[in-house]
Amino acid sequence: MTTPAQPAPKRINRIGLEPVAYRGSKTTLCAGCGHNAITERIIESFYELGVQPADVIKLSGIGCSSKSPAYFLNNSHGFNSVHGRMPAVATGAAIANRKMIAIGISGDGDTGAIGIGQFVHLMRRNLPMIYIIEDNGCYGLTKGQFSPTADLGSTLKTGVINDLPPIDTCALAIELGASFVARSFSGDSKQLKAILKAAISHRGTCMIDVLSPCVTFNDHEGSTKSYAYVKDHDEPLGDVSFVPFFEDISIEYDAGTTTAVTLHNGSKVLLTKIAEDYNPTDRIGALKLLHETARRGEFATGILYLEPDKPDFVDQLGLVDEPLAMLDQSRTRPGPKALEEIMESFR
Amino acid sequence: MSVTDVIEQQAGTPERTERVANDFAIQVATINGSGSQTANLVLLRSIFQMGVPVSGKNMFPSNIAGLPTWYTIRASADGYIGRKKEVDFLVAMNPETAREDVLTLGEGAAVVYDEPLKLNELRNDLTFYPVPFDKLISPVTHDAKLRRLVRNMIYDGVLSRLLSIDMGQMEKALRKQLGKKLKAIELNMAALKAGYDFAETSLPKQDPFVIEPMNKTQGMILIEGNAAAAIGCMMAGVTFVAWYPITPSSSLCESLIEYLKKYRRDPETGKATYAVVQAEDELAALGMVIGAAWMGARATTSTAGPGVSLMGEFTGLGYYTELPAVIFDIQRVGPSTGLPTRTGQQDILSTAVLSHGDTKHPLLLPSSVSECYTMAMEAFDIAERLQTPIFVMSDLDLGMNTWMADPFEYPTAPFDRGKRLDAATLERIKQWGRYKDVDGDGIPYRTVPGDGMPAYFVRGSGHNEMAQYSERADDYKNNMDRLARKFETARTLMPKPVVDMADDGGIGLIAFGTTHWAIVESRDQLAKEAGLGTSYLRLRAYPFTPEVFEFIDKCKRVYVVEQNRDGQLLSLLKMECTPERIAKLRSIRHYLGLPIDGRSVTTELLNQESLAPARA
Repeated sequence: MTTPAQPAPKRINRIGLEPVAYRGSKTTLCAGCGHNAITERIIESFYELGVQPADVIKLSGIGCSSKSPAYFLNNSHGFNSVHGRMPAVATGAAIANRKMIAIGISGDGDTGAIGIGQFVHLMRRNLPMIYIIEDNGCYGLTKGQFSPTADLGSTLKTGVINDLPPIDTCALAIELGASFVARSFSGDSKQLKAILKAAISHRGTCMIDVLSPCVTFNDHEGSTKSYAYVKDHDEPLGDVSFVPFFEDISIEYDAGTTTAVTLHNGSKVLLTKIAEDYNPTDRIGALKLLHETARRGEFATGILYLEPDKPDFVDQLGLVDEPLAMLDQSRTRPGPKALEEIMESFR
Repeated sequence: MSVTDVIEQQAGTPERTERVANDFAIQVATINGSGSQTANLVLLRSIFQMGVPVSGKNMFPSNIAGLPTWYTIRASADGYIGRKKEVDFLVAMNPETAREDVLTLGEGAAVVYDEPLKLNELRNDLTFYPVPFDKLISPVTHDAKLRRLVRNMIYDGVLSRLLSIDMGQMEKALRKQLGKKLKAIELNMAALKAGYDFAETSLPKQDPFVIEPMNKTQGMILIEGNAAAAIGCMMAGVTFVAWYPITPSSSLCESLIEYLKKYRRDPETGKATYAVVQAEDELAALGMVIGAAWMGARATTSTAGPGVSLMGEFTGLGYYTELPAVIFDIQRVGPSTGLPTRTGQQDILSTAVLSHGDTKHPLLLPSSVSECYTMAMEAFDIAERLQTPIFVMSDLDLGMNTWMADPFEYPTAPFDRGKRLDAATLERIKQWGRYKDVDGDGIPYRTVPGDGMPAYFVRGSGHNEMAQYSERADDYKNNMDRLARKFETARTLMPKPVVDMADDGGIGLIAFGTTHWAIVESRDQLAKEAGLGTSYLRLRAYPFTPEVFEFIDKCKRVYVVEQNRDGQLLSLLKMECTPERIAKLRSIRHYLGLPIDGRSVTTELLNQESLAPARA
């Protein structure tokens, strides 16, 4: 008789859930697709922060990227809506139930082309949600056509050259009023996770453009969104660390090399500066950085812009604390006196 | 007047020398932006206050200022509140249209006109009353801007005298209209009085038209359909509204905003129990509504034809993902931009099957302001019960014009929030699938984020009973067949038609919405003038209920009367009728951009029946 081996202690997070509680269905995207790496970082971020999956809603539009909400947080409600219109669905949802944490996954076509109108107004409203663009500069699901973020001069496999300039979704988001704007690379696990965790703690629109090469249609020489190109031209803003409010924040604090920005729930984002004087709360500085790096053919990554105290759209509506969707008849049907008063005004 | 309608000049109409009390139409021709709205509504309200059934219809341009506008007020002792084709009393204030306005009048009509226009030189078979408006207004105020604004009140004063409309009622109506604006009341009163005094001293009565007090409006209200629908939405407990401005629907959401502000704040905190978002376009408006509905909110939007076109994609999503939404379509005249400020029933067919793929949507068809109110409430219940977008098909005539109605009754039925999964249901059905037909009515159970029940993934792509992505042939077909079954359930939930059946069935009429008011009048004309009794079915919803087919079976022939060119309701009926029934259907269509009138229906029906009216 042998003594059974003591099972390894289960890995659980601060609310007692195992990582599996944050997983989704098996991905159906191409092997090696950058989007899958982003999915993994999303799972880790929610797990590590101990967010209750039932408190999250996940949304998307249409395209390869928009399939990914099915691959994380299986216990959260999800909505794979119509092409380019996820912002509208998210707006209605976030207002109808303000207690939910909304995360939306879009692509560069879903955002930059068919959905640019709704994207613009989402940013302008600073709706509380995380909006991720899985940006590969092409339409993967329809076999590789150029998207509006494809770089000037990049080529299709067929040799067709893109002769239109790209839309910089980060510059646009900053210009329009999003209060948290970041860019990262799907292959940079550490930075992406830190950005995602900071975004989960921020209240307002968190627009995160994640360069995510398309291994099938856009990972070749001539593509500025190939792994090789991004790795050579990535200019990290510095080492982004995120310290949740429930952790001891003093350990990471190292004045002189970092900028600490406090988020709405008390947690802090620490940005280690590489660029001298980079201040993520300086809107003009952020735009200048984006333009300068773009001119050099580089992508600035990190949290580019942060406005921690900007009122979000839902707060501005002056709503009751309970979710609107949960109010019952006693709260939402005025009494007979109200109707009588209204009728009197028409007599 | 041929820009708005053409009267058939009937030869041999006897000269009207007898007294015509409470049965005529007044038309005021002005320029929009000239402040005529107050004068017109005061006139309408004064007649209403005298107990005489009345209706007001504004024919206005798609423009803010400077183009011709006609406002028609109809007094009808018999209670006909549809449009009257003939104008009996013209107030000609617009120099640009005055000539045509006068030339198209029927013989024996009366004309009040601005003296310098010299309209009396145009015809000798009308009664003319010249009024020197500029001269009369000058002592009222020295301010040129104010003069322009109150000048129109002079014709109210003139009409008060000529038509025996009580001045006390005019003043009361004016005070109601202007509320607490004392300075404005004073100026308008002075203009009103100036008109009255002038008519008393200088315009001897020569026409037969008079208003006599009655008691047919006691306790009633005067309201526009859009305001009525807004009240219905509020009483239905709407919590989320998204909209994009468009004529003629804007006033629905604007009224709703005012009511919500006043009556839907938490009594303790003062915070809102609703949210209204002005969206960036109609696509976004319905997208937001669908998003809010996903969370379990009662959500609505309001629009017109061009907006409905844009909403096609999201309507299909709502249909296929089975999320409730209430959409008001205040129909105007298309195609394309069309005539944005004119009325029609032109969206019925395209809305019933809006969006690509096999889709069908329930439509509610209000014909009165009272139904705008009740159907707004029903719409939320039916949408949540069926878990699908539902359209309330009003129109510009109903939505923006002023109608009499009995005061609205306070709703007694509690909200129907539809099939929501709860612990007890879960226990009963054991395994929950979002799109599983447990009860055989095609309606599955739903959960919403935050309700503590299992989550699921909403997707516009193919899915199975468990809401999982699926391209399997059997999953697809089963789901589509269940949706079809659900539509059959819809038939049992929609408001039934109102049927008035003659003993032998005979000639039948089917109509919906504002066409009703023309049918009421036309049926009386047919009976009185041609001895033709008719049966009538007023349709109140799509999908059709069995009563519609029974009606067709009982009638010899059935005229489908509607306000569009292509017989859209006729087409919808044909889609569901047997060949025997189809053979009985005939069609009467009115599409001038003006509300349909009883006379046009009567003339066309007699023509198709090869009958002539007895009186002609």
